[in-house]
Amino acid sequence: MAGKAELAADQHVRYIVTVEKKKDSFESLVMEHIRLNGAYWGLTTLDLLHKLHAVDAAEVVDWIMSCYHPESGGFGGNVGHDPHVLYTLSAVQVLCLFDRLDVLDVDKVADYVAGLQNEDGSFSGDIWGEVDTRFSYIALCTLSLLHRLHKIDVQKAVDFVVSCKNLDGGFGAMPGGESHAGQIFCCVGALAITGSLHHIDRDLLGWWLCERQCKDGGLNGRPEKLADVCYSWWVLSSLIMIDRVHWIDKEKLTKFILNCQDKENGGISDRPDNAVDIYHTYFGVAGLSLMEYPGVKPMDPAYALPLDVVNRIFLRK
Amino acid sequence: MHGRPRRPAKPEDEKAASAKAAKLRDLQAQVLQNHHSRTYTKEAIGLSFKLLEINPEAYTAWNYRKLAFQHNIKELSDPEAIRSAVDDELRVVEVALRQNPKSYGAWYHRKWLLNQKLAPVDSKREFGLLNKLLKVDARNFHGWNYRRFLARFMGVPDEEELKYTMDKISDNFSNYSAWHNRSILLSNLLIQQSKGFESKQKIFSEEFELVTQALFTDPSDQSGWFYHLWLLAQTSSPDNPQLIASWPCDGAKLSSSFVKENVEQNTLSSIWCHSLKEKTVPIVLYFNEPVKGLNQSSVKLKSDLDFGKDVHWRALSVTDSGYSNCWTTYLQITNECSSSQQYSVEVSIPSSDGIVSRSGSNYNCPVHFTFTIELISDDAQGIDLFDKPVAWNCSESLESHGNCKAIPFDPLKITSALVEDSNWHFERLTEEIDLFRELPDDKCKFVNLTLARLLLACAAIKSRGRSPIERKKYCEEALAHFSDLIHLDPSHKQYYEDERSLVLMDKLTCDMETFMKHCSVQVQNSVPLNHVQLCRLSLTCVGFVERLMWVQVLDLSHNSLRSIEGLEALQQLVSLNISNNHISNFTALEPLTKIMFLKVLDLSFNEIGAHSIDTTRYICSSPFSHKIEACEAFEECQKKNINVEEYWDAILFFKSLKLAQLDIKGNAVASKENFRTLIMTLIPSLKSINGECVN
Repeated sequence: MAGKAELAADQHVRYIVTVEKKKDSFESLVMEHIRLNGAYWGLTTLDLLHKLHAVDAAEVVDWIMSCYHPESGGFGGNVGHDPHVLYTLSAVQVLCLFDRLDVLDVDKVADYVAGLQNEDGSFSGDIWGEVDTRFSYIALCTLSLLHRLHKIDVQKAVDFVVSCKNLDGGFGAMPGGESHAGQIFCCVGALAITGSLHHIDRDLLGWWLCERQCKDGGLNGRPEKLADVCYSWWVLSSLIMIDRVHWIDKEKLTKFILNCQDKENGGISDRPDNAVDIYHTYFGVAGLSLMEYPGVKPMDPAYALPLDVVNRIFLRK
Repeated sequence: MHGRPRRPAKPEDEKAASAKAAKLRDLQAQVLQNHHSRTYTKEAIGLSFKLLEINPEAYTAWNYRKLAFQHNIKELSDPEAIRSAVDDELRVVEVALRQNPKSYGAWYHRKWLLNQKLAPVDSKREFGLLNKLLKVDARNFHGWNYRRFLARFMGVPDEEELKYTMDKISDNFSNYSAWHNRSILLSNLLIQQSKGFESKQKIFSEEFELVTQALFTDPSDQSGWFYHLWLLAQTSSPDNPQLIASWPCDGAKLSSSFVKENVEQNTLSSIWCHSLKEKTVPIVLYFNEPVKGLNQSSVKLKSDLDFGKDVHWRALSVTDSGYSNCWTTYLQITNECSSSQQYSVEVSIPSSDGIVSRSGSNYNCPVHFTFTIELISDDAQGIDLFDKPVAWNCSESLESHGNCKAIPFDPLKITSALVEDSNWHFERLTEEIDLFRELPDDKCKFVNLTLARLLLACAAIKSRGRSPIERKKYCEEALAHFSDLIHLDPSHKQYYEDERSLVLMDKLTCDMETFMKHCSVQVQNSVPLNHVQLCRLSLTCVGFVERLMWVQVLDLSHNSLRSIEGLEALQQLVSLNISNNHISNFTALEPLTKIMFLKVLDLSFNEIGAHSIDTTRYICSSPFSHKIEACEAFEECQKKNINVEEYWDAILFFKSLKLAQLDIKGNAVASKENFRTLIMTLIPSLKSINGECVN
C-alpha cells in the first residue's frame, strides 16, 4: 500500500475543466445529447470542492439558455436537441448553483414540467409519454426548487411513487418494476421533498440498501451485482434520507472511492483502474461529501445540490 | 464509462478513434438538421438508423423516427404496407438493443410502437426476443419490465408468468429478478383469490420449502434470503391491528394532588398527573401497528366529567402521516369543583371499519377500560415542581419500588378475549427455526440473522398469549445471535446494535421482576414522580415505548443513542435525561416537541453541531419537505442577528418547547456565537440553563 489514500482534489478540478474542452472525442460525442447533465455533474463537483469560480458563470448561463425551448418551456440535452425533463432539472440545478434562477421564465418552465403529469399522478419524460419514477422525482425536484409545487397534484404524484414500492421495501421504475438503487433514490427523494417518507418501511429498506455494500467496500445497485462508484451516491443519499446511513461501513466505502481515482490525471472511475469519466467523478466526490470527507462541502441528499445552495433557496426570504 | 479499463491511448487507436468520431459528428449533425427541417425521406430516415446503430441513446433521433413514422404512415392504407412499416421500426429497435440491451430509448420505442396498435403483435417474436436477451443477461431489468408490459398487453395470465419465474429460478437460484417477479405475481394471485391460490397458508408453506431449498444450496447468496425475509414478514404480522397499551390503564386512579403523609409513607394509591393542574386529561392509545381513523365515533368515551363535545384524536408520530401506532387526546375538563371529587372515565373501542391499518385491515378486537380522576381544589395546586433545579444522579442507588400499585405494569387489561389465529404462524416459525438450526455452517451471517428474526417473531406472537417467561427466553437467544453477528459481519455493526437495543429493551421491560430493578418513585420538591432509569446499557435507539407510557422521569443517560424516535408516546414525561449519548442534530429531537408537559431536559455531552450531514433532515418537519414553511420564529431570530440558514433546526426545535430547565453543555453547538441568545429568545419559560439560574 502506498500510504493512506487521499482525495486528489486539484487533479479532479483540472480534469473537469479540461474535459469540458475536449468536445470532439468519440466519447464526448456519444454523450453529446446529455451535455447538460454533464454540466451539472461537473459544476456541482467543482462547487463541492470550493472551485466553482474556476469557470465563467456568465458563459455557462448563456450556454444553458441556448438549450432552452421557449415554445415548450423545457430544456434539451444540448443545443438543437429536443426538450425533456431530464435536462430541464439539470438546467435548473446549475442555475441554482450560480444563484441565477432570475434568467428563467419560472412559470413557463414550471408549466412545462407540470403539463407532463398524467391522470394516475405519474410523469412522462417528454411529449412522447415514457413513464418512469425517475421523471416523478425530476418533476417534484424541479418544481420544488422553483417554488411551484402547487401547479401539480402532489398527492397523486406521491400515490404513484408509492404504487411502485416493492415487497423488499425498495422501488422500481414503474409498478411491478424490480428494486434498483438509482430508482430507490428517485422515489425516496420524491417522498422526501413532499414530506411523505412515512410511506417507507425504513428498517426494511435500510437493510436492503446497507446490504449493497460489497466485500471490497464499494456499493452495488442490486443484489449479487458488482460495486460501482455511482451507487455511493444513490445508496448513501437514500440511506441518509431515511436515517439509516450508520448501517454501512463508511471507512471501507471511502477507501473504495479513493482507490477509483486517477491520481495523476484526475477523475474517478466506476471501479479501481477503469477509465474515468465526469459522471463517476461527480458521484465519487458527492459520496465523499455525504460521508463528511474533510474539505468537501456537504450535500443535500434530496435535491442533489450543495447544502448551502438548498438552504439559501428555502430559508432566505 | 462502465467497465472500460484505464489506459493511455496508442497513436494508431487515436487515429481510428478520430475517424470514428468524425463520422459520428457528421451523422449527428445531419440527423438533427433533418429533424429541424422535418425531412422524412427514405434517405433521411436511413441516416437516423445509422446513428442509432452506433449510439442507441441519442434520444432526439428516436423522437425524429417517431415523427417520421407518424408522417409516413398517414399515406398508407394497405394493411400489409402498414405491417411492414411497423416491422421496419421493430427491426431498428432490435439492432439498437444489440448495441446496448439497456437503452431506455430503444425499449421505449418498442413499447410506443405496440401501443399504436397499428398491426397485430407477433407474440412469438416478442417473447422470443425477450428469451434471447434474458438468456444473455438474466438480470436485465429493462427486459423484465418489458416482459411485464407484454404479459399485460397480451393478456397472459399471472399463473403462466409464475411458471416462467420458476423456470428462471431453476436455471439459477441466484436470480433476484425472478424472485422479485414471483413475489409480485404471488401477491396479485393471493389478493385476487385465483383458483389454487385461495389459501395463503398453503401457498406460503410451499414457498418456504422452495426458498429453503435454494438457501441450503448456497447460503451466501442474497436473493433467496430477501425472499425468505418477505415470507417471514407475511407470516409473523398479525392479520388485524390490536390495541396493546393505553394511558391511563384500566383501573388507574389519577389525582391532581396528594396527601403528603401518604407520599412519605409510600402508601399512595393514586398517580399524580401533572396536566390535571391545567384541567387537562391525556388519553394515549398504543396499537401494534400504525392505524388511522380514531375519532369520536370509533373511540367511545363515557364519563360524568364535562369535557366539551369536541374530542379530537391526534396521531402521535414524527412522520405525521395520518397513520400512527400512537394516538392521543387531551380532554379539557370544564367542571367547577369546590371540594375533592372523583369521576370515572370509560373508554371503549368496538370493532370498527373506521380504524384501519396501512394494509387496509379493520380493527376487530373490542376493548373496554375505565379509569378514575380525583379533582382536588386546594392550595396544593399552587406547587411549582421546578422551583429548584433538578439534579440527576446516575450513581444513586434506586430504592425498590414500594408502591407497585401506582405503576401500571400491565398496561392493558383487555376485557374481551383475544381470538387469535396464530397457531399456524407459530408452528410455521418453529419449523423454520428447527430447520436453520440444522444448517451446518453456524458462521454464516444470514443463518444467524434469520434465526434471530424468527425468534423475535415467535416472541411477538407469544406476547399476545402473555407469557413473559417464554418471551424472555426468545429474547435472550436472539441477543446471543446479534452479539455473534457483530463479530461475523462488522461492516453492519450498527445495524446489529440497533436490533440488539430493541431486543434488550424488550427483555428488560417484558416481565415485572426485571423491570422493577429500573423503576422507582422519586420525590421531587415533595411531588412523587414515577422514575425509570435505563443508563449505561449501550442502547442506540428506543423501543417498546408502550411499556413506558406512565413514566414521568426518564433517565437514558450514558448510552449510545442516535435516535429517540418513539419517546413522543410518553405524554406523562416531565423530565428527561439523555446526556452522554450520540444525538447529532436538533432534528433528531423532534419527538420531544410532541410532549406537552416536558419541563426538564438534559442534552449535555452529545454531538449536536458536530456533523455537517444531518440524517434526520428529511424525517423531521422542515421547509425542505414542505411540511412547514418559514415561520415567525425565523423572523424573530433574524431581528436578533441570528443566522437562520445556520440555525433553522435549532429554531424549530426550541420554539416548540416550554422548558424550565435545559442543559446543553458539551455539544459543539453550545459554544457557537449567538446560540445562548437564540435559546433565551425562544424559551421565555426557562429558569435554568447549564446549571445556572437565568435571571
